[in-house]
Amino acid sequence: MYLRKITAKEITETVRKLCIESNTILGDDIIESYNQGLEKEVSPVGKDVFRQLLENAKIAKDESLAVCQDTGMVIVFIELGQDVHVVGGNVNEAITEGVRQGYKDGCFRASTLDPLTRKNLGDNTPPVIHVEVVPGNKLKLSVLTKGFGGEMMSRVIAFPPAVGIEGVKRYVVERVEESGANPCPPVIVGVGIGGTFEKAAIIAKKALLRPVGKRHSHPEIAKLEEELLKKINQLGIGPQGLGGTITALDVHIETYPTHIASIPVAVNIQCHSNRHREAIL
Amino acid sequence: MGKVTQITTPLTDDMLEKLHIGDRVLITGTLFTARDAAHKRLVELVREGKALPFDIKGAIIYYVGPTPPKPGSVIGSAGPTSSYRMDSYAPLLIAQGLKGMIGKGARGKEVVEAMQKYKAVYFVATGGAGALISKTIKKAEVVAYEDLGAEAIRKLEVENFPALVVNDIYGNDFYEEGWKQYKKV
Repeated sequence: MYLRKITAKEITETVRKLCIESNTILGDDIIESYNQGLEKEVSPVGKDVFRQLLENAKIAKDESLAVCQDTGMVIVFIELGQDVHVVGGNVNEAITEGVRQGYKDGCFRASTLDPLTRKNLGDNTPPVIHVEVVPGNKLKLSVLTKGFGGEMMSRVIAFPPAVGIEGVKRYVVERVEESGANPCPPVIVGVGIGGTFEKAAIIAKKALLRPVGKRHSHPEIAKLEEELLKKINQLGIGPQGLGGTITALDVHIETYPTHIASIPVAVNIQCHSNRHREAIL
Repeated sequence: MGKVTQITTPLTDDMLEKLHIGDRVLITGTLFTARDAAHKRLVELVREGKALPFDIKGAIIYYVGPTPPKPGSVIGSAGPTSSYRMDSYAPLLIAQGLKGMIGKGARGKEVVEAMQKYKAVYFVATGGAGALISKTIKKAEVVAYEDLGAEAIRKLEVENFPALVVNDIYGNDFYEEGWKQYKKV
């Protein structure tokens, strides 16, 4: 079997670039959702928030300045083709070095610290890395630079089956309601249903990588996403929590088979500035 | 939207009496930055009866941990962080003469009560608009706790810094009003 070689240096260089772009250039899907928000939001204060976000995105892009001062903790999803051979270094170290260089060169905030001593680690490493081995000879890197306003409002819970899908829906809507203005609404809600304790959280996070406005390919899940989006937007929280008709820009759900005893549910809240970038090597 | 008021620091009770929830303000003057770690130290100083590293009487604290400045800039991206994390420290600082706080998100009951009792106002700035807000910051210097990096206390000189009054000295809360108005469930 022919193994395709990818160097650790290429990985570092790619992660560096993705970190910089992710923090300074918002995706077209996000900008489009702000434009739609500006048009559809009923509250004048809410409309003004969309205006500020559009102006902010333009300044950030033009001046290569961080969209938000919370340049986040870096989450990297790797889809590693099984016919790829990484040479010239260790994959984890290559990614970590890419984050280190990206945050230094981009003038981004060093936010990571030791959880016990609270001593700052100085270079925003380490990232959180999720690896999935897939068929093929490519390596896909998805870099999510996630602020912690939304992360702090996220939860994982395991319901007994009797709670049912209605209970799951209620939980998701209540989570957004209780989060109020804290996670910088209008939010994007990543929901993981099923799996195990950690699987639910990982798929909820991965759901945030899907472009805003794109529905799940499964019609039942797509319907559930639309229903939840509608309910969340009736909460009245609005842009920045200042009251309004747009509390969420989208709801993305991913599912995974689970155990007969449980319905694990994870809700990963993402602020309006969903910053992520992908590359395939 | 509410009226727009130009205000300059330091804040006085007379100025705060005229501010109501929903009012837009453009702040010119000095802001001091502080997040969780700096608040912890400030409150320890107050409890020990020691002097604070800046004059808190009439001051505004801005809850922000900016990104480092790019070469030739004063500051990097500098939007507000979530305020509730400072709730356990804020009442003590308000009692010391702090008159304004800028952040994002709702405040706890004790903070709202302290604002009413000692006359202080809570403003919000747009979270996630750090690049835009940075344009109103004309000068920045670290005045304490340099070891905290992004969490050090900085003295910022601002011109027309945009914010919105969310809690006034009369005990009102703009978030509650806004949600009531638009809630449909």
